[in-house]
Amino acid sequence: MNFLAAIGRIVFEFLQATGRLGIFASTAISHMFTAPFYFRSLIKQMMTIGYYSLPVVGLTTLFTGAALALNIYEGGSRFNAESALPSIVLIGMVRELGPVLCGLIVAGRVSASMAAEIGTMRVTEQIDAMVTLSTDPFKYLIAPRIIATTLMMPFMLVIVADSIGVLGGFLIATGKLGFNSGNYMTTTMDFLETVDIYASMTKAAVFGFFISLMGCYHGYYSKGGAQGVGIATTNAVVSACMLILLTNYMVTEMFFSS
Amino acid sequence: MTNTPKISIKGLHKEFGPKVVLDSVDLDIMPGESMVIIGGSGSGKSVTLKCILGLLHPDRGSIKVDGEETVGLRGKNRKRLQRKFGMLFQGGALFDSLPVWENIAFGLIAEGKATRKEAMEIAIENLRSVGLSPDVAKLSPSELSGGMQKRVGLARAIANKPEIIFFDEPTTGLDPIMADVINELIVDRVKEMGVTALTITHDMSSVRKIADKVAMIYNGNIIWTGSRNDIDHSGNAYVEQFIHGKAEGPIQMDLLKA
Repeated sequence: MNFLAAIGRIVFEFLQATGRLGIFASTAISHMFTAPFYFRSLIKQMMTIGYYSLPVVGLTTLFTGAALALNIYEGGSRFNAESALPSIVLIGMVRELGPVLCGLIVAGRVSASMAAEIGTMRVTEQIDAMVTLSTDPFKYLIAPRIIATTLMMPFMLVIVADSIGVLGGFLIATGKLGFNSGNYMTTTMDFLETVDIYASMTKAAVFGFFISLMGCYHGYYSKGGAQGVGIATTNAVVSACMLILLTNYMVTEMFFSS
Repeated sequence: MTNTPKISIKGLHKEFGPKVVLDSVDLDIMPGESMVIIGGSGSGKSVTLKCILGLLHPDRGSIKVDGEETVGLRGKNRKRLQRKFGMLFQGGALFDSLPVWENIAFGLIAEGKATRKEAMEIAIENLRSVGLSPDVAKLSPSELSGGMQKRVGLARAIANKPEIIFFDEPTTGLDPIMADVINELIVDRVKEMGVTALTITHDMSSVRKIADKVAMIYNGNIIWTGSRNDIDHSGNAYVEQFIHGKAEGPIQMDLLKA
C-alpha cells in the first residue's frame, strides 16, 4: 500500500510540476508580446547570451569539426570513401553537431547563470521588491531573457557554430589530409541545401527557448537560500539538456523523415 | 483625519499546508498613522505584510486600502494599488545588478515616468534626504555597509512618493547607534511626507521611537492594540512578557506545550 502511495505521490508531483511549468511558459510567452518592453534589458541579455558565448561556442565547434574530419577520413578510407569527407562534415555539423553542441554549451553557460541570478533575486526578496515597485518580474526579468536566447541562438550562435565547425574540418582536410582547398569548398557548397540551414536554425531557436525557459523557471521558483539556488541551477541545466536532446530528435524527424 | 481607515484588515486567514500562520487578523490603520506590529518569530508579522502588499494571497478575509477591497486584485488594478505603496525590506533587497541610483529610481524608470537623466537627479535628491552624499549614487549595492543599504532601501521606498510605507524589521542587523539613526530617518520621512506607515519589528527601541500605535500579533491573531504610551501598562500578560523580553510567561508556556 505504501508502495502504491509513493507512486501516486510521484505521479501527482510530476503532474503538478508539469502544470506549473505550463502556466509559467504561457505567462512568459504572453508577456513577450505585450507592452511595456524593456529594450535596455533585452539588449543587455542579447550581449550576454549571444556575444559573450561566441568564444566558447567557436572553440568547441572548431575542434569538433576537426575531430570529425579525422574520424571520417580514417573510417572512410576502409571503403575508399575518403572523398565523401567534405559532405559528411557539412551535414554532420550543420544538421546535428552545430546546433546540439551550441545548445548544450549555452545550456551550461546561460541556463545556469539565469537560474542562479533569478534564484538569488528570489531568496533575497529582490523579486518581491520589484513587485512593490509596480514592475512585473515576468516583463522585466523573464521575457527579455527568453526573447534574447530564442533570437541569439539561431541568428548568431548556430551560424557561427556551423561555419566554424565546417572550417575545422576544412583546416584538417587541407592542412593534414591532403585535400585540395578549392575542391573541398566546391564540394561543400554543392552539398549545402537550404533545408539544412532551416533545420539548423529551427533547432537553435527551439533550444534557445527551452534553455531560457528552464533557467528562468527553476530560478523563479527556487527557495531555501544558497542550497535552494544551487539545486535550481542544477535542475535548470539538466532539464535544459534533456529537452535539447528530446526536441533535437523531434525537429530532425520533422525536417528529414521521409 | 477621515474616519475611513487607510488600511482595514478583517478576518485575515492564511495557511501553509497544515500550519495556520494567520488565524483571523483584524486591524485598522488610520491615515497618517504609524502603526507597528510586534510579535515573536513565526507569529505571522511578515505574512500579514506580504498579504497586504499582494505578494501572498490570503485564504480568507478582507484587506481594504482607502475603502477598496484589494484581495484578488490583479493586473492594472493591482498595479494602480502598488503605486500607493513603498517598502523597506529587512535585508534591503537592493538589485545588485544595478547601481545605487538606478535602484532608487527603478520604479520611475520602469514606468517611464522620468528620463534616465531626470531619474538620476531624483535619486540623488532622495539620497540626500536619507543623509547620503551624491558620491554613493554610482556605487554598487555590494560596496555599501549594512546601514547604508538600509538608507538606500529607504530612499527607494520613498522615491515614488507613496501614500503608505511598509518597514520590515528596519533595524535588524544594525548596531544600536545606526539603528537609532534609521529610526530617526523613518520618523522624519514619515512625518514630513505625511504618509501612513506600517512597521513590523521585534526591536522595542524601534517601537518606542517610531510608533503612534502598536499591535501585538500572537499565534496568527492580533491580541492587543493600543497607543505607544499604553504599551508599558497594557495589562496583557503576552505584551508584558514580550516587551520585557522575559523567558517566563504565557508565550514560553505555549511553546513548551507545543
